[in-house]
Amino acid sequence: MSDYNFAYLDEPTKRMIRRALLKALAIPGYQVPFASREMPMPYGWGPGGVPVAAALLTPDATLKVIAQGAAATTNAVSIRRFFAKVADVATTTRTEDATVIQTRHRIPETPLTEGQILVYQVPIPEPLRFLEPRETETRRMHALEDYGLMHVKLYEDIARHGHVATAYAYPLRVAGRYVMDPSPIPKFDNPKMTMDAIQLFGAGREARIYAIPPHTETVSLDFEDHPFEPGRAPHTCALCGAEHTYLDEVVTDDKGGRMFVCSDTDYCEQRRAAGFVGTKAAA
Amino acid sequence: MTPLLDVSGLTKRYGSRIGCRDVSLDLIPGEVLGIVGESGSGKTTGLNCIASHLSPDAGRITYRGHDLIAMPEPERRRLMRAEWAFVHQNPADGLRMNVTAGGNVGERLMESGARHYGNIRGAASAWLERVEIDPARIDDRPTTFSGGMRQRLQIARALVTNPRIVLMDEPTGGLDVSVQARLLDLLKKLVHDMGLAAIVVTHDMGVVRLMADRLIVMKDGQVVEQGLTDQVLDDPQDAYSQLLVSSVLPV
Amino acid sequence: MTPAVEVSAVAKGFTLHNQSGVQVNVLDDAKLTVAPGECVALGGASGSGKSTLLRLLAGNYLATEGSVRIAGTELVGAHPRTITALRRDTVGYVSQFLRVVPRVPAREVVAEPLLAAGTARDDAEAAAETLLARLNLPRPLWDLSPTTFSGGEQQRVNVARGFINAYPVLLLDEPTASLDAANRAVVLSMIEEAKARGAAIVGIFHDADARSSVCDRVVDVSAFTPADRR
Repeated sequence: MSDYNFAYLDEPTKRMIRRALLKALAIPGYQVPFASREMPMPYGWGPGGVPVAAALLTPDATLKVIAQGAAATTNAVSIRRFFAKVADVATTTRTEDATVIQTRHRIPETPLTEGQILVYQVPIPEPLRFLEPRETETRRMHALEDYGLMHVKLYEDIARHGHVATAYAYPLRVAGRYVMDPSPIPKFDNPKMTMDAIQLFGAGREARIYAIPPHTETVSLDFEDHPFEPGRAPHTCALCGAEHTYLDEVVTDDKGGRMFVCSDTDYCEQRRAAGFVGTKAAA
Repeated sequence: MTPLLDVSGLTKRYGSRIGCRDVSLDLIPGEVLGIVGESGSGKTTGLNCIASHLSPDAGRITYRGHDLIAMPEPERRRLMRAEWAFVHQNPADGLRMNVTAGGNVGERLMESGARHYGNIRGAASAWLERVEIDPARIDDRPTTFSGGMRQRLQIARALVTNPRIVLMDEPTGGLDVSVQARLLDLLKKLVHDMGLAAIVVTHDMGVVRLMADRLIVMKDGQVVEQGLTDQVLDDPQDAYSQLLVSSVLPV
Repeated sequence: MTPAVEVSAVAKGFTLHNQSGVQVNVLDDAKLTVAPGECVALGGASGSGKSTLLRLLAGNYLATEGSVRIAGTELVGAHPRTITALRRDTVGYVSQFLRVVPRVPAREVVAEPLLAAGTARDDAEAAAETLLARLNLPRPLWDLSPTTFSGGEQQRVNVARGFINAYPVLLLDEPTASLDAANRAVVLSMIEEAKARGAAIVGIFHDADARSSVCDRVVDVSAFTPADRR
């Protein structure tokens, strides 16, 4: 154990964050302002997700951290090490073993269960931001459910590209009320957001926390004649052969060689351990 | 006939300065009311209070039996979104300049719950044609439009939801005279064909003579004269109205 | 029978607030009664108040005192909407001025009173064309804005506009002034037809021949000139 208070943040700060979390859970999708603290990591690397996780951790917690679905990426490794040092909690890469999962840009393929908490790192929490730069105005739009503008964005996509070109951070409406930014996860993950686990979203720079309670209805915005489609690369995982997972494209050499593999490395490994094989599994 | 809009005793102060004082007016369906006065006369303040852009310090605004000032904001916005339209002097204030013409017109429909892309686009296209913009420009942004086109696009955006009432703040301001005529003609036709009630705030006596059934003259935040448009222009009673009418340069 | 036009004890003055408050009195104790089917010319020297009286009948000027009734409706103190309704349904006015949006074609300018009264656009425009043809306005001009027309052409547009609806009351301000003999004859026959259908007509005609051919009597407006100006 280090000289830091358990999980780095002082207790009053954690209490403040927990209060914000409870409020966020009580009003699904609503962005609750909180007193965001300076964290020992740069913006973009998790100073929103980390304090949320810090406020949730208990000594018996088991933490999993992923970035782009992988546990071995720099961001994931450093956050995992951070908490191992300041909270001395157990860490894991296995989705089903974790009590708290902090994620950047993905939802694990393994369905989450009751009792688990998924913490998202959020760069820009306001789904209307790129359409309406004024915070006063976007807040009023949320308050009055004035969401026509959100559909303007989708309209513009279809007008320009023939389909909704938004592939990540695809807005959804939570519990029939607030329109929410799901953080930059691929829209492939949107349908998973109605789940059994608790989902918490922390935006450090913008000092906002929001949440989706378990079993809450989430609807990705769309048009009747252009329904929402999750979207996925039309390939199978080269390593485990999965046909239903979100895939990353990996360049394998400098001659144009490439392959598609599961972006969720834990899920892929577990499948391979269970005997599933892809086309390049031998490698 | 029961007024569509009934405003009484409307007062708005900016600190110690008077924006408008004790303004009363009413409007029946299909009627166009002009409000004239020089800059600072309170005509735009009054219009903005009526449009709920500003909250008045005193007075009553009744629209179809609803007390608009007492009404909770969400309900008021819903009502006004469906049945009111506002045309700004500067089209950039009434348009989203980084959104296509179709998106601009379609937004009002989407706000009101339209969720069928094809229908929204069809309606936008029909409205562009109605305001004499080539529907082929539907995917262009207003930044590529001329001033007159932008103003016509703003009008399409305002009227696409078939409102009952339209408020206009200097709708022909800042446009070339030839462009003004076209816009005026278009506005007149739309107001007539759609049976709209309208309030037009302007300092242009020519605009009100051609558009307004009735006229209100304002000075220093107060109504100094009102009546039938041509009567006020041809036989003004108040000293200030006489000055205003005689100040128009002959052409 | 109720008179179509009934003016009694009307005074009209103008207070020129911006010219040291000068009071200009134009009419005093003016009276006029016109029955349906009757055509009355307003006579008197220039400046005697003919136009002022005509404008009082049109609701364009406010009477200082007295009573102006058109088809039984009192104009003095009336709400503007009363006058708007009267102009839509009852009173046609042929002015010497043409005030129109510069882009609107002549056909539509003429059809406008019918449109305002609720006639379908096609029917209104057809009626406008019939009148313009009768008034010999060249067909190519129908699609053009009358703001570019000559004086005589504009006048015919004004006449057509005033006659397109079968108003019970017609107010005519120099309806034949800039017209050639042929068109003058057309306008005079239109006036005769209006009389025949029972319209009450009040007009200013400088053209003595025209006046004597259609007017039943002349009312000398100089009789109403206020004492201070005699």
